[in-house]
Amino acid sequence: MTDGGQGAGPVGIVLVSHSGPVAASVAEMAAGLAGGGATAPVAAAGGTPDGGLGTSTELIGAAARKVDRGAGVAILADLGSAVLTVKAMVAEGDELPKGARLVDAPFVEGAVAAVVTASAGADLDAVAAAAGEAYGYRKE
Amino acid sequence: MSDSELDAAFFVRWMVAAAAAVEREADRLTELDSAIGDADHGNNMQRGFAAVVKALEADAPTAPGAVLTSAGRQLISTVGGASGPLYGTLLRRSGKTLGDAAQVTRQELRAGLRAGVDAVMQLGGAAPGDKTMLDALVPAVAALETSFEAAAAAAEEGALATVPMRARKGRASYLGERSIGHQDPGATSSALLFATLAEVAA
Repeated sequence: MTDGGQGAGPVGIVLVSHSGPVAASVAEMAAGLAGGGATAPVAAAGGTPDGGLGTSTELIGAAARKVDRGAGVAILADLGSAVLTVKAMVAEGDELPKGARLVDAPFVEGAVAAVVTASAGADLDAVAAAAGEAYGYRKE
Repeated sequence: MSDSELDAAFFVRWMVAAAAAVEREADRLTELDSAIGDADHGNNMQRGFAAVVKALEADAPTAPGAVLTSAGRQLISTVGGASGPLYGTLLRRSGKTLGDAAQVTRQELRAGLRAGVDAVMQLGGAAPGDKTMLDALVPAVAALETSFEAAAAAAEEGALATVPMRARKGRASYLGERSIGHQDPGATSSALLFATLAEVAA
């Protein structure tokens, strides 16, 4: 199995928020906006295992394994410590599936772009690029 | 203890002492964190170091590097806030740098911690002067060249020096000018880490 393997299933998306409900809602919204047909697997990893606010390596690792179809996993995170936790996990190397990476993107807009792009069958680089492009969308 | 004979047992004692110090100072760390952070630093560090001690009790490695690597992994997994990945990276990278030598010298430990501090800078994107743990860690590692006591003193001095600084990283940076006048919780817990290192080396 290679990263972004040819013929491997869609890229998986993991949404890491400090809040369980925020991660779950954004996951639901992104999948809903990706429209009809099959969507890429999306998993939420929000808050701590006991339902509090924070970041959990356990939840992130489980979510990444759940959506890994062999084409890589794009991880989006909301705030500082979630970003640092994912970066540390990527550096650790054995807690995340091969080909999992943190994507530099705004959380909500990036999640929608990532899920839409991954659902269209794009590879991990294209998913990451589409999510990152959301930074360029100005609102005034 | 001679500087040339820091073995795995010494590093386990350090982690146990650090856990005790964090527990003793948890309220103070949380108090500092409630001024400019989200008031969880004491609890987070307590939970993290308790997990470190538990893991070392269950399976104590025979090399100093492995002790620090194990501790770092526990902190990343259990702390839950930004301190977890930052402290975890500090110890894990230090441990990996020490490799599998059965004993290390103070100078080798200094080189290991230096690599750990560099990794923390890279991960968090902070530098000395940003009112973070680095303001205690960087001078402490430099002073470790001289002695454990000098490193502890430099860490303490570095933590105190964060009081007039304006936070430029993390949640405290949102406060802008209002972060001035408070001691940084991360620098304070980093000073504890070096105070306990000097304690076990004495």
